[in-house]
Amino acid sequence: MEYGVSSPSKKLRRQILFYLFLAVVLLLVLFPLIWMLLASFKTNAEILNVKRMFRFTPTLKNYFSVFVKYNFKRPLVNSFIISFVSTIIALIMGLPASYSIARERMHIFSGIILMIRIVPAISFLVPWYTLFSKLNLAGTFTSLILCHLIVSLPLIIWIMIPYFETLPLELEHSAWIDGCSKAGSFLRIMLPLSSPGILTCGILAFIFSWNNFMFALVLSSSRTLTLPLAIYQFISYSNVDWGGIMAASVVITMPIIIISFFLQRYIIAGLTAGAVKG
Amino acid sequence: MKKIGNWADKNLKYIFTVPTIIFVLCMVLFPILYTLVLSFHSWRMSVHVPWEWVGMQNYVQMFTGTRFPMAVWRTFLFAAIALFFEMSLGIFLALILNRSFWGKNMTKTAFLLPMVATPVAVGMVWKLIYEPSIGILNYVIRSLGGPKIDWLGSTSNALYSLIIVDIWQWTPMVMLILLAGLSAIPTESYESALVDGASRLQLTTKITLPLLRPTIFTAVLLRLIDVLKTFDILYSMTQGGPGFATETMNILSYRQAFEFMEFGEASATLIVFFLIVMGIAALTIKIKSRVEVDM
Repeated sequence: MEYGVSSPSKKLRRQILFYLFLAVVLLLVLFPLIWMLLASFKTNAEILNVKRMFRFTPTLKNYFSVFVKYNFKRPLVNSFIISFVSTIIALIMGLPASYSIARERMHIFSGIILMIRIVPAISFLVPWYTLFSKLNLAGTFTSLILCHLIVSLPLIIWIMIPYFETLPLELEHSAWIDGCSKAGSFLRIMLPLSSPGILTCGILAFIFSWNNFMFALVLSSSRTLTLPLAIYQFISYSNVDWGGIMAASVVITMPIIIISFFLQRYIIAGLTAGAVKG
Repeated sequence: MKKIGNWADKNLKYIFTVPTIIFVLCMVLFPILYTLVLSFHSWRMSVHVPWEWVGMQNYVQMFTGTRFPMAVWRTFLFAAIALFFEMSLGIFLALILNRSFWGKNMTKTAFLLPMVATPVAVGMVWKLIYEPSIGILNYVIRSLGGPKIDWLGSTSNALYSLIIVDIWQWTPMVMLILLAGLSAIPTESYESALVDGASRLQLTTKITLPLLRPTIFTAVLLRLIDVLKTFDILYSMTQGGPGFATETMNILSYRQAFEFMEFGEASATLIVFFLIVMGIAALTIKIKSRVEVDM
């Protein structure tokens, strides 16, 4: 470790204590996810037998049954389509809006956006449900994507307003003098400059959309079933197939874990956005 | 062509914001007004039966019965306990991890996982952990000579078991926010104190924590807004049960609307829930801004 052998033994003991503490904390943090992964490789007989909690022969049977027997391919594709399309639409609507809010200092607008983030999303579900039924949109991709925007759009605007505020005005002004239009300077100068921010809010919007359970519970049909709902329906079968549920849970969390692994910095920046500035 | 360009430039702020404004009007404002009007009616989501005006009846029923007040109480209990542990554990962890050490980045990634992992999947694995006869938690407790605990099946335990899951999920977020806040504290703040021979504990309580106060308030605000609205974990693990033991305001309104199709009653619950959440958020924002002025 950093201090080496020559440093006083007291310092070394503190180092060891620190890493022990860290190991315990990390175990607590990661344990449920590790347990999920382990259980997904066990047969149901092994899960039901407490004595075989740690001694089992790994099997891929559960993953096989998830995709073949329970046909999880469809919800996997649905989840991807809905998360991806809703994130793209939210970016197309949210980026120009947050740019204007930042540049024109529309404080009322940003207040409304904050309010939408605070309102419980369930407050919208009764009217949406009746509205979509009347428009014959119930259970369609369109209705689910529209609903997901209620989470992703305010999130994107909220993260991007402070981001655009920090970008220097001079860059735009000199572009305008050179004959560039306002829309042109936004597209060619401001957007490329803010790509880290766009990445941050885009990933977060995607993750929240991917994880969303409540909207799917109310508004999805068998055709537009998403992964969280497919897992939930798994458990309502009379004979709980723990192995299958855990394999399905791994399938749904794995993309998120991989994204977190590579883009950790951006996700943390998004989740803690505004925290330091106050 | 040039004319269009000029026009677009002049009205750019409208062009840029109109899609979002239309969205907010259709998907936010309209639903809230609709819910408000519906809350004075009785309606069971049927095409053939029209809305029936009942005045304040839904609200009167809500406050005279026990189900709604109990749901409000559970929501607050859940929020208060979860928030208390998330904040204290989060601050504690952030203070300890605020130094450079080998594997810091990996640690941060690990802390990120509980809150980004899909809540329904997290709910399912916790259900397996809590399982009374085959779950690992009871296995460990019993091998240490403890009793068999019915974590989710008993009305007295269920809510607390769910609070534990929420604490597991969200303490890392508090920690990460505070860690970001800690790294923004300039080192000069400590130098004079160190010259004066202050101890480590004194540094923490006299300098770090006061400087961290705005960040702590932000974390409280962010968590508070979300913890009052917890849905996924609750619904996927217990659906508000056993009985009504884990029925918070969120779950109650969901059940009224989409299990019993009592859209009028559900709308009344939603309006009150909405007002409570907005009220608490507004109050917290106000306290927060006052704290920041004091700094």
